[in-house]
Order: sequence, then structure tokens, then C-alpha cells
Amino acid sequence: MSLLELRGVSKVYGSGPSEVRALRGVDLSVDAGSMVAVMGPSGSGKSSLLTVAGGLERPTDGAVRIEGADLAGMSRAGLARLRRRTVGYVFQNYNLLPGLTAVENVALPLELDGTPAKAARSSALTALDELGLSDRADGYPADLSGGERQRVAIARAIVGERRLLLADEPSGALDSANGEAVMRLLHAACKRGVAAVVVTHDAQLASWADRVLFLRDGRVADQTAPLPGPDSLLTPGPNR
Amino acid sequence: MSVRHALLALLSEGPKYGLQLRAEFEARTGEVWPLNVGQVYTTLQRLERDGLIESEDTVEAGPQKGFQITTEGARELAEWLRTPPDLTSPPRDELVIKILVALRVPGTDVHEVIQVHRRYVVELMQQWTRLKDDESASDLHLALVIDAELFRLDAVVRWLDSADGRLHRAALDPPAPPAPATAPRLRRVGVRR
Repeated sequence: MSLLELRGVSKVYGSGPSEVRALRGVDLSVDAGSMVAVMGPSGSGKSSLLTVAGGLERPTDGAVRIEGADLAGMSRAGLARLRRRTVGYVFQNYNLLPGLTAVENVALPLELDGTPAKAARSSALTALDELGLSDRADGYPADLSGGERQRVAIARAIVGERRLLLADEPSGALDSANGEAVMRLLHAACKRGVAAVVVTHDAQLASWADRVLFLRDGRVADQTAPLPGPDSLLTPGPNR
Repeated sequence: MSVRHALLALLSEGPKYGLQLRAEFEARTGEVWPLNVGQVYTTLQRLERDGLIESEDTVEAGPQKGFQITTEGARELAEWLRTPPDLTSPPRDELVIKILVALRVPGTDVHEVIQVHRRYVVELMQQWTRLKDDESASDLHLALVIDAELFRLDAVVRWLDSADGRLHRAALDPPAPPAPATAPRLRRVGVRR
């Protein structure tokens, strides 16, 4: 069963002459342990796809299911609970709270969900340790480098039992070495069973995904084929 | 790729045998550029003829014959390393030509042609990235080769994205046709000369 499933999803903003059709009949399935990248030009619907997939906005038409549960049938409180427990978000500008330390930022979603402070801090420290940040746990965002801030944001997104990771240009503000480090972390999370959707205009970033979707005018215009075996590039071809 | 200078570089580390040179060349290039043994020996013969390397006189030609770099060879290698490759004129890029031709073929959707190439290049990048994830932590040379290929392919995707956007904008706001008076005026200038 797919962890995330979108069927015939459309999203319309505004009405009349100012109507914008951001998504038009999008189908998407993402299995546990796999990463899907979504590429497309500005205005193609990439960010709308992410907000609808994560339950931050309701679709105008169509169905969104996370772990088989249709989001349309959920109450506001139920949807909020699902977002806190199951879905992690990573944004280009990190979205860390400046008045909280790294470990407090990571522990926050667990505490909001009712986890006792001590247990939440312990889980947050484990998540930071997995991302090589245990020595920066008590630093404030302003004291961290861009790469470290994004790693804290990833730790916050995967802490606890999150099974769906949604990332919007997660390495957009970073240099290529830090950008690669971020993608390695997201990829490693997928290898541990997390499903991820990464929205980007950056082909190097998208190339970490198992599948790349190309959005155009709110529609899935194309997608990559399944990857061949690992030795395909090292087999001498006619041009080598 | 200059096999000649790659062999000189390997010999700058100390004397080596032909088969050893082949194995080390492939290892240093992340096994992305296979080299046949005949190519190695032909290149070694030419380097020796040009005085850039010398071989052990006492050993017959074959796998046990050792080679070492000469002073002239070391000078040639240092000069080659610091000579930039010729990047002054754009290469004849088949992809660029295909997109330009697609614009002129009736009934062809150039955006669809662009997407076919974009998808292919991204699929190639996925394969390189998978290889980087699997192998490059333990192989610095391979990591460098893969990075070079990923940046090159990334530039291709960026160009396709840019061309796609430029063609969309041009379709919405086509450039004004040239003024009809231009040609006769030019002709008059030509007559005066």
C-alpha cells in the first residue's frame, strides 16, 4: 500500500477572472522507503502539490490518502494530529524558532503532541545525533551555519515516528557540499522506511530520488523510468 | 582525455610496468574510462621515442619491462597540467542543434522535444547519483569524476529549462518583424562604397 496517494487532485485558488488552477487532476503514489522528486518551472504547481499532500490545504477536487486514510473524512483536529505525528516538513528557509535551541526546536512537535518534555528531549537528541549534530544541540539557530540549520530542520521533520517527509527546495539556500549532505540525509531517511516528496527546480537535487515527476501547468506532464542496475554506467557502450 | 599525459603522471610517482600503468589509470579515473593494454604499450613506445620516458634496456619487451619518466618528460607533464584546454569556441552540441532544428520542422512541438531530452538527462543524473551514493565514499577519484559529470548534465538541464521558458515567452510576445526599409538602405550604403 502506498504511504501517500493522490487521486485526481485539483486545487483552484480564487474565482472568476482571478481564478488560478494550480493543480489539475494529479495522480501520485509514494511507497514507504522511496523518494519522489517533483520538478517544474515557477507556477507549475509544485508547492501547491506539497501543501495539499501534507494536509496543509484541502484539494478542490480529488482524494488525498496518507497510510490509507482519506484526509477529506478527517476532522480539523484529526488532520492536525496526523500532520504532527506522521508528516514532517522541510523548507528552504528552515523555519526554526529563533528563541529555541536546536534540541528545543526538534523536541517541539513531540511536546505539542503531548509527549512529556523529558522524553521529547531524549528523542530530539537521538535525532540530532543521527544527523551528526549532538555537539550543537544547545546552540540557537543564529549561532548555526546554514547547513547545520537545515540539518536541525531535517531532525525536526523525522523525529518521533514520522513516516512521510515533504521537502520544498530543501537545499536551495546551501552551497553544493551542504546541499549534497542534506540530500544524503533525506535519502538515508528513505532507506529506513520513510516516504519522501521533494519539490525542486534543481536537477542535481532531484537526481537523488527514485522517481522524478515533471509538472507543467498543474499537470504531471512526464516522469522518469525506473532506475536500471547499478553497473549500467560502467559498462562500456558505443561512445566509450 | 590524454592517455599520454595520464601515463606520464603515473610514472612521475616512480618506475612502473605496463600492466601496472593500465590498472592504475583505470583506478584513478574511477574505472569510467577503460583502457586496452595495446593502447598502453603503443603510447609507451611513442613516449620513449620522444625521449619523455625510458625503459630498462636489459629486459625484453613485455609485462615485466619497467618504465620511468625522464627530466624532459617531467617538464612536458608540468607544462601540460598548466595549459588550459581550448574552451574559446562553443562545441558543436548535437542537443542544441536538435532544439534549433525542431523550431523549423512543421508540426513539431518544441516543448515536447525539450521534455524528451530533459527526462533522459535527469535519468542519467539519477544513475550517476546512485553510483555516487554507493561507491564514492570510498573512492575519491570516482567522486570527482561523478561530480564533473553531474555538473555537466546539470548545465544541460538548466539550458533546456532556460530554452523552454524563453520559447514560451517568445510565443506570448513574439519579436517585432524587421523593418522593410532596412534592406534597400543597406544596398544604397553598399553602392556608395
